[in-house]
Amino acid sequence: MNISYTILIPLIPLAVFLLLGLNSKRIKPAISGYIGVLGLSISAALSFYTAYQYFFVNGKVDGVYQTFVNKSVWMHFTETLHIDMGVLIDPISVMMLIVVSIVSLMVHIYSRGYMKGDDGYTRFFAYLSLFTFSMYGLVLATNLFQIYIFWELVGVSSFLLIGYYYTKPSAVSAAKKAFIVTRFADLGFLIGILIMGYFAGTYDFETLNNPEGSVILSWASTSFMGLSVITWALLLIFMGGAGKSAMFPLHIWLPDAMEGPTPVSALIHAATMVVAGVYLVARLFPMFYFVEHGFALNVVAYIGAFSSLFAAIIAITQTDIKRVLAFSTMSQIGYMMLALGVSGYDGHEGVGYMASMFHLFTHAMFKALLFLGAGSVIHAVHSNYLKDMGGLRKYMPITNITFLIAALAISGVPPFAGFWSKDEILVAAFEHNMLIYYVGVFVAGLTAFYMFRLYFGIFWGKEQTYKHPPHESPISMTFPLLVLALLSVVGGFIPFGEFVSADRMGFEGHLNYPLAAIATGVGLVGILLAWVFYKKENSLSDIYAKAFGPFYKWTSDKFYFDEIYLFVTKKILFNGVSRPFAWFDRNVVDGTMNLIGNSTVKTSNKIKGLQSGKFQDYAFSFVMGAVIIALVFIYLWTN
Amino acid sequence: MDILTLFIIVPILTVLVLVFSKGLERARVVSMIGSLIQLGMAINLMFAYFKERAVNDSIMVFTKDLVWFKNFNIHYNIGVDGISVALILLTAIVVLAGVFISWKMKELPKEFFISLIVLSLGVYGVFISIDLFTLFVFFEIAVIPMYLLIGIWGSGPREYSAMKLTLMLMGASAVLLVGILGIYFNSNADGGPLTFNILDIAQVHIPLAAQKLFFPFVFIGFAVISALFPFHTWSPDGHASAPTAVSMLHAGVLMKLGGYGVFRVAMFLLPAGALHWSWFFIILAAIGVVYGAFSAIRQTDLKYINAYASVSHLGLVLFALLTLNKIAWNGAIIQSLSHGLLTALFFALIGMIYGRTHTRDISKLGGMMKILPFIGAIYVITGLAYLGLPGFSGFVAEMNIFVGAFQQNADTFNRVLTILVVSSIVVTSVYILRLVGKIMMGPLETNEVNDLPKATWYEKTGILLLMIPVIGIGVAPFWLSDMIMKSLEPFIHGVL
Repeated sequence: MNISYTILIPLIPLAVFLLLGLNSKRIKPAISGYIGVLGLSISAALSFYTAYQYFFVNGKVDGVYQTFVNKSVWMHFTETLHIDMGVLIDPISVMMLIVVSIVSLMVHIYSRGYMKGDDGYTRFFAYLSLFTFSMYGLVLATNLFQIYIFWELVGVSSFLLIGYYYTKPSAVSAAKKAFIVTRFADLGFLIGILIMGYFAGTYDFETLNNPEGSVILSWASTSFMGLSVITWALLLIFMGGAGKSAMFPLHIWLPDAMEGPTPVSALIHAATMVVAGVYLVARLFPMFYFVEHGFALNVVAYIGAFSSLFAAIIAITQTDIKRVLAFSTMSQIGYMMLALGVSGYDGHEGVGYMASMFHLFTHAMFKALLFLGAGSVIHAVHSNYLKDMGGLRKYMPITNITFLIAALAISGVPPFAGFWSKDEILVAAFEHNMLIYYVGVFVAGLTAFYMFRLYFGIFWGKEQTYKHPPHESPISMTFPLLVLALLSVVGGFIPFGEFVSADRMGFEGHLNYPLAAIATGVGLVGILLAWVFYKKENSLSDIYAKAFGPFYKWTSDKFYFDEIYLFVTKKILFNGVSRPFAWFDRNVVDGTMNLIGNSTVKTSNKIKGLQSGKFQDYAFSFVMGAVIIALVFIYLWTN
Repeated sequence: MDILTLFIIVPILTVLVLVFSKGLERARVVSMIGSLIQLGMAINLMFAYFKERAVNDSIMVFTKDLVWFKNFNIHYNIGVDGISVALILLTAIVVLAGVFISWKMKELPKEFFISLIVLSLGVYGVFISIDLFTLFVFFEIAVIPMYLLIGIWGSGPREYSAMKLTLMLMGASAVLLVGILGIYFNSNADGGPLTFNILDIAQVHIPLAAQKLFFPFVFIGFAVISALFPFHTWSPDGHASAPTAVSMLHAGVLMKLGGYGVFRVAMFLLPAGALHWSWFFIILAAIGVVYGAFSAIRQTDLKYINAYASVSHLGLVLFALLTLNKIAWNGAIIQSLSHGLLTALFFALIGMIYGRTHTRDISKLGGMMKILPFIGAIYVITGLAYLGLPGFSGFVAEMNIFVGAFQQNADTFNRVLTILVVSSIVVTSVYILRLVGKIMMGPLETNEVNDLPKATWYEKTGILLLMIPVIGIGVAPFWLSDMIMKSLEPFIHGVL
């Protein structure tokens, strides 16, 4: 399969970025919007063409999906160790291409309406293109270092876009927080890469992932503190993934990242960048699975499951609709992680892997839809808070119906997309780990509840008296909603198992009816509860909030994790390390130098009386000196 | 005229013409033309070097040898390898950018530009010298104009700063001289004549005891100018008082002489000494990396932040050199270039901001992006490059250093140090983002003038001159690596 044209997929957005970024003052806003959409349409078309070629024409040889690589050396370290740049085509990278293309294209179209009239319109589209370029580069990466490079680039695009409203202090601090927290996680990633490079001798995914390759077979050769060094490397790499994917305890940046414009939240903080961690684990799945009998994979499963539960609980009490969605994203990504964590490798055993990718795909569609729908609502009522909303279904019919579809999809109601992928995840968990299965089912119920709390709160509930009557958004914004809604309805019918599987052979997925019935039932209970609490205005929710008392407060304050981090950074690092360092430098180190200088001056002040300017003094010193030297010489001579 | 001696002749001619030109306008045009020629020569040298290297395998190319002082066997002996060519290129870029940034120098412009050019002459001299003695002389030529440049054109407590800087550097020079003489008097160990020729000494087996004794002298003598902890304190005060172009040149080029000297003299000529002492100095270097970064977080003056950041980033150069690994060495040279360009960019930008707002206190600056979009955008890009974002030179340098350090040091002590040093990338992003977030983003500070003048053409030219290579190295590092890597072979043979 000739894949050389795929290099254009990332390069086109890069060209758009350079064009818009360098001429941001010269290009008219309207035109820059068109350039952005046009550029991305080409990339998207190429992605679809690649997917068609790969999945249906010549990707499969003897029933196994092949890996196609096209790369060249970018930086040499040694003969065997080098950083390559290139593209790698395999089932998951092609799937990610499709996800990124669809969501990014929809967000581009949507932004033309949403950002209309904004000062930095062109700058916004430039950043979007930069992000899309980096994300394409990330999913197409051929080796660990390349993925790290684009990993950092998506991070900085995220920084720029969160801080897009850069005169707002809250946006600036959110952007900084997002960057620094993920940077800290990336430190782990980088150290993991260094360890891997040293012990495995390569960064190349193909070599690393080969189940019969030397890396996987000889993982036990070196160990450190009871674990194989390769396991350590994988855990550290997973730390990077957990940072990007907002897994507990590195999740604190994601809710704040909602300060960015809403289309950005849909693209970066819901559908694409935040699932990079899942993608990374999937990318290295054979290593996670085989090395040390899946020790690192177990860690992934438990972190995922815990994050999923933790975030779902917090989501129930949030009042900012974007933050509800942010915690929901964290929870759903936890779901994907746990699916990977409980996955096997061969054939149907690998259902977790498939389910995780499937859920990544469907989640991208309905979560982007939820965010864009929320953006549409925010656009109409100029507020992020539930208290300012209610009864909007009459004013915004398209937003209402598409949001409902997305909510049903995420709640796992058949036949919407989320039902199918969630079912597969629960099947995988049921087969491998009952504890995680129970967590998964419970989270499914919570998800349905908080999502319909949101839905009823926005579109039903108390009628608000709006200063300006809200109105439906323009076609540029509703069109993407409709497209994504369609995908959220039909996305689940894709026979995903045939395309994406851990061993590349493909298998036929089939519904496990009892498990599906349980999951759906739990979801419906959640929806029903939300119906009772929030459909009509009533005081039930307040009563229950009071009944839970302190627990409610902890939850709505996100279990004080922000405060803990603030304490560590401000009190310990800033005041406890940085301040003493600076003091030490100015007073001790520099003080010593000044002391040397000053004492020299003092000493010379004391002895400068010798330089009296009187001839006889000098003559005396001269003669005395000569005599002493002569005596010394004579003494030395005679001995 | 041979291609290298021109690097001495052209600055001298420039200075001569400057002496006879009157007023700011003539002085700056003359300096601009002079440094433009230098840059042209440096670029030409790079291409000539690639061509020559293809057919010439000797350590140094374009060599020339004239006896200068016969009794002590001192020669005017010049030649370059990939490392010096890279650093010469850096110098030429920074000098030209510095001239553009000083376009409106008001006080004593002629004398200012003369000092600037003399300084560059000294730097070129160091990079082309093969003779230890001439190298030392050029090193001093580069350091001395600093005193005048800060003492006369500086700001704040400029005399104190100039004195402190000069005294500490001179003190280091004295130590260095002891080391150099130590090498000289041992250069006949294999029965040959006493010599200052670096290439000849490298062939001599200097006795182990002498290597162990003199390595610290040479190392410290050079490393002080690279702000080795704890001898770095001249740097924040010196930078804070220095005028913009001087800070650019000093942090951008002069501080690179330290790492270069350590590599070319201390490690090349005293490899056994390096092996013996590296554990000790690598600790100092690692402390410098972390300590500089943490100190930078606390500062409130733009220049102090940058000065401490330099302590951290140059600590990385010394750290990389002391890992005794080829990949890390490659990283060290690239880091020298990268830091030179980036820190010059930062100082130029600080100068522009200070020239407009008359403050360097970050608490008094805010939201500048809105009123100064060009400067703001470049500032953000520079900041991101500084914290090691891929696509810029800093990333390439750091990755080489980290990978190299990890490859070489198989024992826990060095591993721990490496991880400690790697962790500085997080601290770096903290202080950079704090800075960018405060002065470029956020709300406008109320006492700000709203109609600050936009960036002028000469400022933009200076900035772009520095920015282009930063991106060039970051996007396509292979050509630079090719140039440097081959020249590292002889050093490797020495240490291993």
